[in-house]
Amino acid sequence: MSEYYNDLADKVREHFEDRIEDCQVKYGELTVTVAKTQLLDVCRELRDLDSFRYDQLMDICGVDYLHYGKDEHSEPSWTGPRFAVVYHLLSVSNNRRIRVKTLLDGELPMVDSVIDIWNCADWFEREAFDLFGIIFDGHPDLRRILTDYGFIGHPFRKDFPLSGQVEMRYDPDKQRVVYEPLSIEPRINQPRVIRDDFRYAGRDEQTEDQHDA
Amino acid sequence: MPEFHNYTLNFGPQHPAAHGVLRLVLELDGEVVQRADPHIGLLHRGTEKLAESKPYNQSIPYMDRLDYVSMICNEHGYVLALEKMLGIEAPERAQYIRVMYDEITRLLNHIFQLGAHALDVGAMTMFLYCFREREDLMDMYEAVSGARMHAAYYRPGGVYRDLPDSMPQYKPSKYKNETETARMNEARSGSLLDFIEDFTNRFPTYVDEYETLLTDNRIWKQRTVDIGIVTPERAKQLGLTGPMLRGSGIEWDLRKKQPYEVYDKLDFDIPVGTHGDCYDRYLVRIEEMRQSNRIIKQCIDWLRKNPGPVMLDDHKITPPSRQHMKTDMESLIHHFKLFSEGYVLPAGEVYSAIEHPKGEFGIYLVSDGANKPYRLKIRAPGFAHLSAMHEMTQGHMISDVVAVIGTMDIVFGEIDR
Repeated sequence: MSEYYNDLADKVREHFEDRIEDCQVKYGELTVTVAKTQLLDVCRELRDLDSFRYDQLMDICGVDYLHYGKDEHSEPSWTGPRFAVVYHLLSVSNNRRIRVKTLLDGELPMVDSVIDIWNCADWFEREAFDLFGIIFDGHPDLRRILTDYGFIGHPFRKDFPLSGQVEMRYDPDKQRVVYEPLSIEPRINQPRVIRDDFRYAGRDEQTEDQHDA
Repeated sequence: MPEFHNYTLNFGPQHPAAHGVLRLVLELDGEVVQRADPHIGLLHRGTEKLAESKPYNQSIPYMDRLDYVSMICNEHGYVLALEKMLGIEAPERAQYIRVMYDEITRLLNHIFQLGAHALDVGAMTMFLYCFREREDLMDMYEAVSGARMHAAYYRPGGVYRDLPDSMPQYKPSKYKNETETARMNEARSGSLLDFIEDFTNRFPTYVDEYETLLTDNRIWKQRTVDIGIVTPERAKQLGLTGPMLRGSGIEWDLRKKQPYEVYDKLDFDIPVGTHGDCYDRYLVRIEEMRQSNRIIKQCIDWLRKNPGPVMLDDHKITPPSRQHMKTDMESLIHHFKLFSEGYVLPAGEVYSAIEHPKGEFGIYLVSDGANKPYRLKIRAPGFAHLSAMHEMTQGHMISDVVAVIGTMDIVFGEIDR
């Protein structure tokens, strides 16, 4: 499997040349990193060219790298742009997958919408907008989808607290639902730790061997 | 003549045919749907965010609560992602148990879908028939995990325990006398495998019963044939997977095309539809149930012949036995560390997908090397299906909306996450 993806990675590199920023195979999966200006072109070619033919978009996922590598002992280790949008594509005709990733910077990250290439991007992009505040340029109907009507903030960003910002209750005097600042204290049961215990030393090569076998 | 304008109708969120909490804003021209705009998120619990705050193993029960009709399959997707990153593989017996339980879950899901769909379009009897079988399937869950629905049975590195040698028995009460309990306990007298085998022998006749009630039923056909047609090209564009894609005539099943666990050693067929309407998808699901039954039978045969471990022996990832824990200091430490801090995954990202009863259930996991996921994205099949709602119902009558919701097999636990 890994061999096939290595070949495919070569093919991708050869075809797109400097239009892609990075292309690597890990865990038997091919990841291509694309600058946001090139995203639409690359996606369209991935869908239309016979050697790729990624005719299905499986998933669009936002990632916020703000706290990447942060645990109770160390500070974040991420130096790249804060946000990423990750597209998982599936080729039904060639039975292969690929992951396309584009990194976005700024408080108001913006990327072109792929809704014209794969129509199912509609809701996935709305979700990424709702949860991460990523704006998809060219999306015809970019509304919130999962959070409440009138929700403030983007809950899956790392600087949004797990327990939220406000709490809600029914006020019998006012005869309506009222929102108030949170009264509960956030707590952590198990601290987050990053442990380098040599258990995984040399693991990458091992996995590669497994896949080749 | 007064002039009629389009009007807007709110369907749900408290509608019995909405399968949970779907609010559907329908723009109607008379009785014809012009635009359907589903409002979702009423069951949004933030599973993905919650998982970021917990060690990996503690999120397994959250997976059960995603699609609460096919619990164990959700766990399977998650556990496979962890295993891929850890670079481990479950023992073969555990893999067969997983496949068997995946297929039991597929029956559980399809039976529920069938009953609910038929009930939505007016066939009350189906619902009662279907829930009769679900009871036995739930007993299989209970026997192996202790819970009827939210099993939390799969673990990275295997399954929590081996199949038990005995089944729980019914006891006589003031509602059920001795003869009746004895009759109910008949199939439960042996091991769990005996019970499942007995079920697989009975099950084809049950499917025949469903087919007698529906397949040639005039009302059922009038409500489903040519309703919600999706062409193969559109199905791919809309991101449909599972029976929704196969109903449109595309032969695509991850169990065959990208086999995981031991599916490549088992013999089964993939049914496909031709028209891509609700009726075809119904037929696909019926045939899938028969095929699942076949797979379960093969698993039972293998499991009877091949005893062995069901969990890896690597105590950095799996707990040591209770006995060792009481006598061996190292095991005690392992146990304590595993249940407090958990294990650490190497930095990186994986996407693992399984053929869930509803379609492709994918887990995208980003790890920064900590004992908790950095980001966990759940690709729920129902999410993509429901987003095709507008296209599938446009131009249909309002009563067909219910048939389309039924055929999509909507469960809000996974859509809202």
